[in-house]
Amino acid sequence: MSMFAATPINRKNLGRQKIFRTLLGGMTAILIMPVVVIMATLIYKGAPVMSLDFLFTNPTNGMTAGGIFPALLGTILLVVVALLASVPLGVAAAIYLSEYAPDNWFTRAINLAIINLAGVPSIVHALFGLGAFVIFFRFGTSILAASLTLAIMTLPVVIVATRESLQAVPMAFREACWNMGATRWQTIRRIVLPNAVTGILTGVILEVSRTAGETAPIMFTGAVFFLPFLPQGVFDQTMALSLHLFVVSTQVPEMPEAVPYGVALVLICLVLLMNSVSIALRMYLRGKKKW
Amino acid sequence: MNNKPSSAPVPASSDFDQLNRDWYIDKAVQALVFIGGISAIIFIIGIFVFITKEGLGFLVGDFSFKEFFFSPNWRPTSENKVTYGILALIAGTASVTGLAMLIAIPFSLGTAIYIAEFATGKTREFLKITVELLAAIPSVVWGFIGLAMMNPLIIDIFDVPVGLNVLNAGIILGLMAAPIMTSIAEDALKAVPDRYREAAEAMGATRWQMIYKVVLPAAKNGLLGAVLLGVGRGFGETMAVLMATGHSINIPGSVFDSVRALTATIAAELGETAVGSQHYKALFTIGISLFVITFIINLVADLVVRGVRKG
Repeated sequence: MSMFAATPINRKNLGRQKIFRTLLGGMTAILIMPVVVIMATLIYKGAPVMSLDFLFTNPTNGMTAGGIFPALLGTILLVVVALLASVPLGVAAAIYLSEYAPDNWFTRAINLAIINLAGVPSIVHALFGLGAFVIFFRFGTSILAASLTLAIMTLPVVIVATRESLQAVPMAFREACWNMGATRWQTIRRIVLPNAVTGILTGVILEVSRTAGETAPIMFTGAVFFLPFLPQGVFDQTMALSLHLFVVSTQVPEMPEAVPYGVALVLICLVLLMNSVSIALRMYLRGKKKW
Repeated sequence: MNNKPSSAPVPASSDFDQLNRDWYIDKAVQALVFIGGISAIIFIIGIFVFITKEGLGFLVGDFSFKEFFFSPNWRPTSENKVTYGILALIAGTASVTGLAMLIAIPFSLGTAIYIAEFATGKTREFLKITVELLAAIPSVVWGFIGLAMMNPLIIDIFDVPVGLNVLNAGIILGLMAAPIMTSIAEDALKAVPDRYREAAEAMGATRWQMIYKVVLPAAKNGLLGAVLLGVGRGFGETMAVLMATGHSINIPGSVFDSVRALTATIAAELGETAVGSQHYKALFTIGISLFVITFIINLVADLVVRGVRKG
């Protein structure tokens, strides 16, 4: 640039670039600011109730005191059962789409269905769970019904992450294996899956985070406002952290301010922790990859 | 296995059995993963079938299309005359989603352009991760933020009696939709080949000229797809709008009016209705409308984005 003196037009254009750069950077900062403010406020206001007792004791006094243990346990149960259903199904779907599916209208229809499954409003998933699992299959309002609803809702997360990591395995790996006389499945099991397993894991962790935070789909299928005892099996109802936040912040009069902040803090920490683990794993994977 | 060198010894019969078994396992696995593959289609059809099955009783009989969609009176529990009109609920959803998009579209596109075209190295990585974490905050937490933080803030700043209104929910929903739109828009920008950028810079274009004249036109469809998915997301959001709108039936005249959204109505009322009652069926009918509308939005978004890949 220094060899040629900038003409007025150059200067004008560069000035304009500077303006837009600053403007867009400012927008980015404004978009990110809320996270910082929100986290700071949650920590500041939730800190007074935060303790091990809060995590591991039952709520007392109409939920205005005591801890959140049944809700925390309920969320863990819901997530585990949902994963048991959605991970095998999602991985199978991803294997089909990545390794078997031909490029035709039917595969396009499957992909469209996956996009739609992710796009259907969560409350519609709740209606489906109620109509299908609670009423039609007679599971009643139970952990099973709620978890299956969550599993279907978050299925696209597993499918998309798994498919991406399967497709990241170079074609040459498969070709080499086929040349040795291996069948398609032998190739997938011995070569493709082992090379994609960390990627699949990032997807599964992401699903845990999504599942733990959902509220609407479990409201009518298995989660309840308050239970005096812990669930004994998958056909029992349960409390859940996300619904508990809704309940303590809207349904209970004379709630001490710190309690909902505490619940929100635990929920958001759980979710963000899962996401951070997933991101860290992904970055580690990117660093390790040799092809 | 016919292409072995002819000098190789003929495999023993047990080897053939082994090959046979492998072949059958292969076919069985193929059938199994195919079931996984079509499960998404089965579930989408299943969702439609089951919500229609529950809501159908409302649509047959003396269902009035005009009253349902064009009457502002949602009075499912009225003692004098029960009416099921969702116009006010549609207005609630539309106003909140509209305001959310006014906020989210410029900010998410701006952020996407900044991350994809200006930011480099560590800054870029940091921004991308933050946006991803922002997208991960559960909707019930957003609702709580609207309730506990935004509500007093709006009352203070604008001196209005109630802070749970279109403005509150619109901002919350905008913040929720923006990170998702940002990631999709950034993908669309990244899909523009680098040689376009290099060609523009070789012509002496500044970075902004390059973005404005070359990258944005090339990524146009992907960006439109991002906006559409954001709209679909805002439209279907439940917990945040339930908690932040004030949940009162209104056709809003200003951003300070409380409203009630379609999704929130289902969430708030379904628990109190008897299975199979008219009210219950009416809520499922709202669900059918939500399903159909989001299906169309997603379909259009997919077609728009696909247009880009072909071109």
